[in-house]
Amino acid sequence: MMNLFPKTHIDFLKYRKVYFSLFAAVLVAGVISFATKGMNWGIDFTGGTMVQVQFDKPVDMGQLRDALSATGANSEIQSYGDNAFSISEKSTAQEVGVVQARIEKALDTLGVPYTVQQTNSVGPAVGANMAERAGWAIVLSLFFIIIYVAFRFNDILWGLSGVVALFHDLWVMALVFSLTGREIDLVVVAAFLTVAGFSINDTIVIFDRMRENMHLHPKMSFAELINTSINETLSRTVITTVTVLFALFVLYFLGGEVINSFALAMLVGCISGVYSTIALTTPLVYTWHHGQRSDANTQAAHTHEQPRKETNGKEMLTPKRRHHGKRK
Amino acid sequence: MSNKLAVKWGLILLILLGSVYFIYPNYKWYSKPIAERETLDTLGERPKRMLNLGLDLRGGSSLLLELDVSKLSDKEPLNEAMARAIEIIRNRIDQYGVAETSITKQGDKWIMVQLPGVSNPQRAEELIGKTAMLEFRIVKNDTTEAQKAFEKLETTEEPFDQDGNLIPEIAKLVPAGSQIMRNKEGGYSLVTDTATVTGADLENARVVMMSENGYPSVSFTFNAEGAKKFGQLTGANLNKQLAIVLDNTIQSAPVVRARITKQGEITGSFSAEEARSLAIVLKAGALPAPVKVIEKKTIGPTLGEDSIKSGLFASALALVLILFFMAIYYKAAGVIADVALLLNFVFTVAIMSYFSATLTLPGIAGMILSLAMAIDANVLIIERMREEKRLEKPVYEIINLGYDKAWSAIFDSNITTIIVGACLLQFGTGPVKGFAVTLIIGLLVSLFTAVFVTRAIYELILTSNTKEISL
Repeated sequence: MMNLFPKTHIDFLKYRKVYFSLFAAVLVAGVISFATKGMNWGIDFTGGTMVQVQFDKPVDMGQLRDALSATGANSEIQSYGDNAFSISEKSTAQEVGVVQARIEKALDTLGVPYTVQQTNSVGPAVGANMAERAGWAIVLSLFFIIIYVAFRFNDILWGLSGVVALFHDLWVMALVFSLTGREIDLVVVAAFLTVAGFSINDTIVIFDRMRENMHLHPKMSFAELINTSINETLSRTVITTVTVLFALFVLYFLGGEVINSFALAMLVGCISGVYSTIALTTPLVYTWHHGQRSDANTQAAHTHEQPRKETNGKEMLTPKRRHHGKRK
Repeated sequence: MSNKLAVKWGLILLILLGSVYFIYPNYKWYSKPIAERETLDTLGERPKRMLNLGLDLRGGSSLLLELDVSKLSDKEPLNEAMARAIEIIRNRIDQYGVAETSITKQGDKWIMVQLPGVSNPQRAEELIGKTAMLEFRIVKNDTTEAQKAFEKLETTEEPFDQDGNLIPEIAKLVPAGSQIMRNKEGGYSLVTDTATVTGADLENARVVMMSENGYPSVSFTFNAEGAKKFGQLTGANLNKQLAIVLDNTIQSAPVVRARITKQGEITGSFSAEEARSLAIVLKAGALPAPVKVIEKKTIGPTLGEDSIKSGLFASALALVLILFFMAIYYKAAGVIADVALLLNFVFTVAIMSYFSATLTLPGIAGMILSLAMAIDANVLIIERMREEKRLEKPVYEIINLGYDKAWSAIFDSNITTIIVGACLLQFGTGPVKGFAVTLIIGLLVSLFTAVFVTRAIYELILTSNTKEISL
């Protein structure tokens, strides 16, 4: 069989101080970037008007800017493609449609025929509501993930650490968007959500291995158990990630205007997701349990038992095995 | 083949057949030329169960409307008012002749109107924007109090405050039982402050292209109840002016010459278009309160087409690359996983077609995530099988253990992601919801294809006494 990964024995936990410092650095970098550069929220969230136009003949950006500023408006102009521009004005309290009419009037003064390809006018109330709902969705998802993971893996700290990793990934994505000044619109938010889903998936796979190894090796130290579990699932982690990154690179380079930002967010998030699972979730669980096995309480009572011969996945769904790892 | 395996395969083939059956209308529809599709659309002959493309993919407009709750009558609960408003807007838009218009409630007081293929929603907006509150009131201009109030109005620069109410100085000059309203042609009139006959009493309304004053007008007929009330009103006010009030503006105020019961006509300097809109909205009924457009999006058809083309091309290429990679790296097992992946795609599209779901860009993102999860499920299974293979176990045991051991990870990760999806479905709006729907459908399908279907394939292979499977 073709195998890129021989049996590895990497001590992932050893560098946990490095990971934690890196995490702190990312947090600080984020705070600084959010405070100084801020986020380029799209008008979906701020409210405002965007008009995308395609001119029939070449138009000078400066000319366009002059024509627009002549109306006294403060518009942001972005060029994309051939003679195509996106003109946007944020958070205007004015009624929907008024700004668009004014922009089109300014464009008429250029005397170059154009077609309006896309417009988007969002009232401030709508933007605020959108942001609020997206926020609630994320907070609730995080909460239910903690509950579910705590329930399935008998330990609330596992759930918490998974959510910290998730938070890390969202934070890193936000940081990249803040640094590059790319606009965050609803499609990008969808990418954030996708990454959230995928990142937690990674975490679950490693947790699942740890759960299994706890039963297979009742005497193994927690550090060894974690390292074994990560090493055993390493090939899966890499293969899955590489496959997905493959797809994302294609989407990033060839997917076109709309998908581009989406693919970028996904790329960043996927890489961050794999990293955070290995570098944050398990080291956090390890640290929070002070290096002791998270099933330590119940383990003493079970050591005289024979370890199970085979861990049958189906049985894992039945509640009878839950007594193994009561939380502290 | 054992009975159990036969049943499994029967089920899989049945689902596959069903999927093809549900996908076929899509193929048939989208392979028709655009012009033909449009004709069929307007005829209402578009197949019902079909995958629809969202505005971001096919171009069109969407309007988000807010019902002005403060102007709602106290008697009507918000929910009912919203349902009525949606119904009325639907009636009005239907006249407009756009296929597949979707009008949905969003939040408490918002209404989303989506008009596929309409890149300039101006007229739709006008139709929706009219409250169309039609009232008949008696004019009381000829009293001295009225004249005094008018004088004050003429000399005051801004007689109305921001909410459109009269400022107190003038309001106190208005005699009890009456109120001031604007004339469409300019100036003001004093009218009774109650209206016994309203647009709710109408049975029908239509355009009269040439009326007496040379402009198009709108004639209407009352229902039985309305005719009785209108008869009483006109009978009691002979030789007085009757104000025909539309949305708080007096359109015209003809003198009542005789008792009228059944019919009436609204004249004014309408254009043909205005008269037509007015007839439509009068027939559809009045909105419970005014609505305001708070969000407007238009996407040109070319932009939609371009984003589909490049998006589809990139997605197809990405999919092919993944299929190749899996087949090369995992050999036979990879090919089996590929089959599952393709089936995942087919089933998801079939289910979405069955529910006439709308595919948007975020929806495609949801599909990509579910495909990624399906790949992951197979990678998990195959990696487990490899572990067992290293222990040199017999082939049937490799397969069984591979599935058994991978299952809990696959199950937990899918459920966790479905939890995320459910939260998004609950709290997300439009595009986020689209993402959540395809994600959840895709995940459920992937549990079936990546685990059940692939295992059935292995079991089928095992029946022919296979000693080894390359993976």
